[in-house]
Amino acid sequence: MKKIKKIKIKINGRIKSIIQDSNLSELLKNVKIPLNKVAIELNEEIVDKKKINKIKLNKNDKIEIVHFIGGG
Amino acid sequence: MVNLKKDSLIIANKKFNSRLIVGTGKYKSMTECAKAITLSGAEIVTVAVRRVNISDKKKPLLMDYIDPKKITYLPNTAGCFNSKEALRTLRLAREIGGWKLVKLEVLGDKKNLFPDMIETLKSTEVLAKEGFKVMVYCNDDPLMAKRLENSGADAIMPLAAPIGSGLGIQNKINIQIIRKQTKLPLIIDAGLGQASDATIAMELGCDGVLVNTAIAKAKKPFEMALAFKNAVIAGRQSYKSGRIDKILMGNQSSPSKGII
Repeated sequence: MKKIKKIKIKINGRIKSIIQDSNLSELLKNVKIPLNKVAIELNEEIVDKKKINKIKLNKNDKIEIVHFIGGG
Repeated sequence: MVNLKKDSLIIANKKFNSRLIVGTGKYKSMTECAKAITLSGAEIVTVAVRRVNISDKKKPLLMDYIDPKKITYLPNTAGCFNSKEALRTLRLAREIGGWKLVKLEVLGDKKNLFPDMIETLKSTEVLAKEGFKVMVYCNDDPLMAKRLENSGADAIMPLAAPIGSGLGIQNKINIQIIRKQTKLPLIIDAGLGQASDATIAMELGCDGVLVNTAIAKAKKPFEMALAFKNAVIAGRQSYKSGRIDKILMGNQSSPSKGII
């Protein structure tokens, strides 16, 4: 049996192990993020939410997912 | 005949009936926050941009309580201490759903929370070029306010006093000078403590006030929200009515003629 290879990425400051070659869309589904309420950065660059299924994740990628919270 | 309905607040070509903008921070719960907003009559609320809590997905979301289709969200850059951080935050805010009207706030000191005006000015220029409509939190400094205006700001938002201090307007003269020199919306942001502070701001000729702590941290936030709503209306009405001149001596209200 072929062993599934995993890579480590950082999502909102936390290290997470994901399957190699997975894309951003799969990751976001996995963490159950409502796309219409967030913005996403990959390695400090804003990601076009329409293109997330085309973005492959690499080892040590840094992902930031932000939303609106209460503030003055 | 006074027609306050036609007296709208216009920011970046958008009309608002309410001149009170409220913050959504520091409330005990989202429900409390949403109710206070409704009572305040505010049509614009400030919101912060922060990381999604990946581990606790059940955490309530602001958008589930305050509908961005009904209330205008004004994303802020609270917690940013330089232009780079502020720009990053607002670009992300725009990405969430096309928000172009933003509140720029670049702080310079963690204790007094005064704005770093050099970084603020730099950021305003960049944001305006990128098509943002920028409402700028700033010092009550007429020269800086002018520079912000020349850099493409859409609203000037000088502080009354340090953020969250509740001290009320400390420098009325400066606010009046800024009022005289600018046609941009002038909104008092930060430092108000009670409803009458909002009335004073409006009587000085400001176009609106932005309040968070004074409502959220009042013993009775709902009542205070209502008090601020009325205070802003009263202040605006008073300003538009043209106050009497101040004189040193008394001037009796009843006629002297016909005294028995």
